[in-house]
Amino acid sequence: MESVLKVQNLGMNFGGLRALDDLDLDVCRNEIVALIGPNGAGKTTFFNCITGIYPPTDGDVFIFARGMDKPDRINGVKPNKVTEKGLARTFQNIRLFPNMTVLENVMIGRHCRMHAGVLGAILRGRSTIREEKKAVEDSYAILEKIGLAQFVDEFAKNLPYGAQRRLEIARAMATEPFLLLLDEPAAGMNPYETRELDELIKQIRDEEGISILLIEHDMKLVMSLSDRIFVVDYGKKIAQGTPEEIRNNPVVIKAYLGEEIDA
Amino acid sequence: MDYFLELFLGGLTRGSIYALIALGYTMVYGIIELINFAHGEIYMIGAFTALIVISVLTLMGMNAIAMLVIAGVVAVLYSCAYGYTVEKIAYKPLRNAPRLSALISAIGMSLFLQNYVLLAQTSDFLPFPNLIPEFEFMERYAHIIGSTEIVILITTTIVMILLTILIKFTRIGKAMRATSQDKTMATLVGINVNRVISVTFIVGSATAAIGGVLIASHVGMINFYVGFIAGIKAFVAAVLGGIGSIPGAVLGSFVLGWTESFATGYVSSDYEDVFAFLFLVLILIFRPAGILGRSEKNKI
Amino acid sequence: MIKIDEIKRAVLVSIWFMFLTFPIMVIRVNPVEHIVEWRWKNMVLVGIGSFLLSFVWNYLMKRKELGFKKVEAGEEENVVPLTRRILGEKRIYIPALVIFGIFTISFPFIFSMYQTTIMVTALIYVMLGLGLNIVVGLAGLLDLGYVAFYAVGAYAYALLNYHFGLSFWVALPIGGALGAIFGILLGFPVLRLRGDYLAIVTLGFGEIIRIILENWNEFSFGPSGIANIPRPPLFGIDLSVHGSTTYIYYIMIALCVFTIFVVNRLQDSRVGRAWIALREDEIACQAMGIDKARTKLTAFSLGATWAGMAGVVFAAKTTFVNPASFTIWESIIILCIVVLGGMGSIIGVIAGALVLILTPEYLRAFSEYRMLAFGTLLVVMMVFRPGGIIPNVRRTYKFKGVKNADKS
Repeated sequence: MESVLKVQNLGMNFGGLRALDDLDLDVCRNEIVALIGPNGAGKTTFFNCITGIYPPTDGDVFIFARGMDKPDRINGVKPNKVTEKGLARTFQNIRLFPNMTVLENVMIGRHCRMHAGVLGAILRGRSTIREEKKAVEDSYAILEKIGLAQFVDEFAKNLPYGAQRRLEIARAMATEPFLLLLDEPAAGMNPYETRELDELIKQIRDEEGISILLIEHDMKLVMSLSDRIFVVDYGKKIAQGTPEEIRNNPVVIKAYLGEEIDA
Repeated sequence: MDYFLELFLGGLTRGSIYALIALGYTMVYGIIELINFAHGEIYMIGAFTALIVISVLTLMGMNAIAMLVIAGVVAVLYSCAYGYTVEKIAYKPLRNAPRLSALISAIGMSLFLQNYVLLAQTSDFLPFPNLIPEFEFMERYAHIIGSTEIVILITTTIVMILLTILIKFTRIGKAMRATSQDKTMATLVGINVNRVISVTFIVGSATAAIGGVLIASHVGMINFYVGFIAGIKAFVAAVLGGIGSIPGAVLGSFVLGWTESFATGYVSSDYEDVFAFLFLVLILIFRPAGILGRSEKNKI
Repeated sequence: MIKIDEIKRAVLVSIWFMFLTFPIMVIRVNPVEHIVEWRWKNMVLVGIGSFLLSFVWNYLMKRKELGFKKVEAGEEENVVPLTRRILGEKRIYIPALVIFGIFTISFPFIFSMYQTTIMVTALIYVMLGLGLNIVVGLAGLLDLGYVAFYAVGAYAYALLNYHFGLSFWVALPIGGALGAIFGILLGFPVLRLRGDYLAIVTLGFGEIIRIILENWNEFSFGPSGIANIPRPPLFGIDLSVHGSTTYIYYIMIALCVFTIFVVNRLQDSRVGRAWIALREDEIACQAMGIDKARTKLTAFSLGATWAGMAGVVFAAKTTFVNPASFTIWESIIILCIVVLGGMGSIIGVIAGALVLILTPEYLRAFSEYRMLAFGTLLVVMMVFRPGGIIPNVRRTYKFKGVKNADKS
């Protein structure tokens, strides 16, 4: 299978603390991969290393964009460049632009695919107007797909919680990624919302052809969605495999439940 | 060599004063993450109060040492009262507002207090009597260090020791440390965060007032504007040492004191203030966490 | 009705403030002549004043809390603020704009030269406010050294004219360009700094520039400054003082209109959106593919451009520049304008500048209280009305169906 992301021997030190250690992971095209592990295992740090928020201490991160046969190494590339290259992410604790409307939030996602500069903005030539108009249309189309069209003119801060989580996904989609990184997308959602999210994520993969890597604690969601699962604990990979394999893996059960209950 | 020593000790004295002011900045920042712009004005008000008390007592014909003590105590009391009031008016209502709002409010407070003193008193420089006597045993070293400077160094040391005891070993000190770590958690375990913040402002104001009285009697004059420049420099010192860290503030103050002292002594005195600012810019660019500060990463 | 509790509280507040202000308000000393003056009257004034203000404060506080509760309960006021309603209603604002325009154009003919001069000053501050508004209001970067760019513009014209005889019209774009260049120069080192550090470093930069101007005699002629800077000529004719004041007035009007036009367009563009996103959340902004460094630098340089141009006009208007015009307090006055008017709001900033600059001019008797009032204003605005007098009336992108998707 064709890879879109390949992480090799990734390590990250914070001072003396080894947050990630010798981590390998790969995501193939049109695959949904989950990264699970107990709290503090280093999952979000892993996302931050891939998306350029922290430069990893060692190891390699390669991406394979569409139509590119050569791998592109993105260690230490700035977050905005990573996004330009086609990796988009959401955040564990929602980071929307609260005082901008839903539409504007998504339009910010379009930013890196637009070109108008300062002069373009001041002169507002035909190409700028066309670009702006297209940005509005594209953003609205994404909102419709994600099911947020009814909120289009609301301020992001006034949205219900579940809708805010979806807006984060919509905003990430607007950057035209080939790989979407979701950091606990179901956190704080009720069972009904989670089921909707399950469908949405599958729909994104099937209809848009976007590969997905997600961090999630909701095991039901993880098991239903994922093609493959990686399990980390204390910054190390302790298991990988299909949902079925992971479910029955004693190492994973131990990491989650502790030794006493294991027996 | 004597010139070097003179500059060295001059820098140390300067640094002590900066330290006394910088403590207030760093403590407040440690707890509510706010640059208390009005802190320099608290120091200035301390010095002014002392001058007023001294002038009144002079008319009564009191002796110098008693006057210094009384003036010092009154100045500290009033500075504490001002620090407390400023926090209640300008910062407390903004506890949950964006940081930019609190900062702008602080700038407003600073502007207000300066002009309050300017209008109620005068814009002229007023002479501040030197009440610290020339010690006889110091005469031999008079060309290197004066009696006032010795007093400043000793007082600063005592204040530092007291402050360390306060923060390390008392209940309120423990509450302060807890609050600076995590405000929400501190509230949950039953710490009255508002009280802790008030105490922080009061303690910071007290040390600033001591600094104000000492520097005023050392330099020999004050006006409404002395607080601003001194405040900015003390802030530079606090950042230099790593804002939020108390030993850092002291260390940063000495480094800044020496830099200024040697730079003005060997290079030029015209650009005295430029050195402080350049220093600040360089530090913030190359080591934003300061000398002793921990670099903090936003949790994402 | 006012409750007993509140009165008790007010009495306590009043006693506290009488105690607090006692040494500084009541006693005035003159250590040189050993005179001590007791001003008991002030104590009474403070007592009464703080007693009354305590009620006002409580009332405002209560209103503010009520507002918060409403928002929390989800019943946010559906009543559009008056200002926004006026601005949204074409029938009202177009005639208003026309009347305002006629008034503006005929101003120098209706009023005396003195009034016109004051108006020119106010307009310079409008321009400065709009420039700083880009940096503070839109991009959310607190710049306390903004006056440095103003100084750069003023000295650029003064020096270029002194050494090379460059005229006003040549100096104007050069001043703007130099402002932009200095904006980038200042921007580079502070890119990584967070909000409050940024404030203090920019303050430092502002002071460094002023101190250099004061001490580098060979370059800037030190504290005495540069005199005899020519006023702008009209087609090579040197105008009388009266004529050139009127002329500068129109230049300033044109520049302000130009500024408003540009800032307005920037605000509603890809660049402007990026600024606002940067203000809202820096990390999310970067993760959405926005180049943080570049966005900040554009904000700094575009903000500084207006200050540079305003500086050129200032030099031409006063015909004299010295470092004393460019202190930190000038930066803070400009900040006051932005804060009072409403951060991010163009109309707010214009209103803020006119109020803050014209009021002290017409209330000469109180002019010494100007800075005191500004300080109070900053605190009170932040505590009770952080949005300013005319809160941001930014047009949000509204979606009108798929076919004719456009901004409203």
